Amino acid sequence: MTTPPTTFSGYGLGLRREHYRDFLDTDVPVDFVEVISENFMVDGGQPLHILRQVRERHPVILHGVSMSIGSADGLDRDYLLRLRALADAIDPLYVSDHLSWSRVAGFSSHDLLPVPYTEEALDMVCHNIDMAQGILDRAMLFENPSSYVAFDGATLHEWEFLAEMSKRTGCGLLLDVNNVYVSASNHGFDAHAFLRGIPAERVRQIHLAGHTQGPGILIDTHDQPVCDDVWALYATAVDLLGPVATMIERDDDIPPLADLLDELAIARGIGQRKQEAA
Amino acid sequence: MNLAQWQNDFRQWLLTGNEDNARVFGHCATLGLDIYQNNYRTQLVRCLGVSYPTIARWLGEDAFREAAITHIETHPPRGWTLDTYGKDFEDTLSTLYPHNPDLHELAWIEWALSEAFVATDAPALSRDALWNVDWETANLHLTPSLRLRTATTNADAIWQALQEDNARAPDGEMLDIPGGLIVWRREYTSRLQRVDAVEYAALRSLQDDPRFDTLCEHLVDRLGEEAGIARAGTLLADWLDAALITTITPA
Repeated sequence: MTTPPTTFSGYGLGLRREHYRDFLDTDVPVDFVEVISENFMVDGGQPLHILRQVRERHPVILHGVSMSIGSADGLDRDYLLRLRALADAIDPLYVSDHLSWSRVAGFSSHDLLPVPYTEEALDMVCHNIDMAQGILDRAMLFENPSSYVAFDGATLHEWEFLAEMSKRTGCGLLLDVNNVYVSASNHGFDAHAFLRGIPAERVRQIHLAGHTQGPGILIDTHDQPVCDDVWALYATAVDLLGPVATMIERDDDIPPLADLLDELAIARGIGQRKQEAA
Repeated sequence: MNLAQWQNDFRQWLLTGNEDNARVFGHCATLGLDIYQNNYRTQLVRCLGVSYPTIARWLGEDAFREAAITHIETHPPRGWTLDTYGKDFEDTLSTLYPHNPDLHELAWIEWALSEAFVATDAPALSRDALWNVDWETANLHLTPSLRLRTATTNADAIWQALQEDNARAPDGEMLDIPGGLIVWRREYTSRLQRVDAVEYAALRSLQDDPRFDTLCEHLVDRLGEEAGIARAGTLLADWLDAALITTITPA
């Protein structure tokens, strides 16, 4: 079994195109940046050139959206080899993806579709994680996704699934606090039970993001600031987990970098207050 | 129901929006399934808009959206990256607008520019490297970012005009003499150029056979001995200046 990656605490941001110049021309006060892996799994050109320059200044986390770890069809070997090549070139702090699936029968949805929390799916996910970690030659992190559909035949809570998955494969966990909030609201479970149910010693990173109220359902849009309820849940998570690498994840309606740094300062303040109180 | 069947039903729902496929997930799932269906389609429409911003301006918002929806219904995404999703959009446009070669060539330009943008890095060859070349046995290697196609319209001029805000693009016109469109990347910027039929054929020839003497033979056949050799020299200089040639190797 793979050993979970080492712990790193600090505060970071997702690197987005709108802020490339800020990161190249100024000393942005972050402890790490996270990039979407697939945007840089290319043969050459400016994206890789920029990433290499940013890597000289900051630790980088590779965060993927297309591994499809929950796919009953297994994994795409070509995808994994390209990711391995990128990881070898960048030497990332972590390599992560989502507990979700997007590909089946040659079709790719390009969305983070929910995995039914059953024993069969757990076996499949663990098998796929073993393959991914074997090819990448490193332990990965997997993120809890937001979900809008629950499976009638589910036999496990999401946090039980994550805990067992991590125990069997040695992978770490990426806790998206906003996703916990969104899924708890959509499916009617207790967000605090989720936080208490995941193995704290396996959590290596936290995502914070905003969501949108849809028609009778919360939607994980990443186009808003983090809301007060999610900040409160984050404070609880810090109590339970201790210092964990934390970042603001913004993917749409992207504001000036200064606004995101202000939001990151809130996270930093919560983390530091909790540490001082401990 | 096993996991594979469950995922196949989910896929069918995304592709068709058919209520029969949704029913297996239970009555309570309807609201959530609609979110996934909307995310799927919205993301692909947005992806095509990002890949083809000039086509979107040229066609207008409603016509572009209609073309995008047609494409999504006929070309479900298969690759692991959204970056490749728009590759066949020119085919959809050709079906929807069969008598608009300017539109087809415009779509090719946009896709070729985005492919060139992330093509394999290959530093350009400097003129200093020419001193010791044995031209009788030399092979010329073109940049891996180079894309070529026949030009029959003024799509390049339309594309150029539409890069500027509020600029009025020229009407689409057929060229008096077809030439070629070339797209490549110089350092980190993708470039577009229309070339005449001789240069287009010369580049095509070089892609098929890198030997410089074959290129010269091709040009001599086309232009005659003196003009053919002179043109080979001019093209070589132009291609070096444009960063189209990356290496020259002995045969």
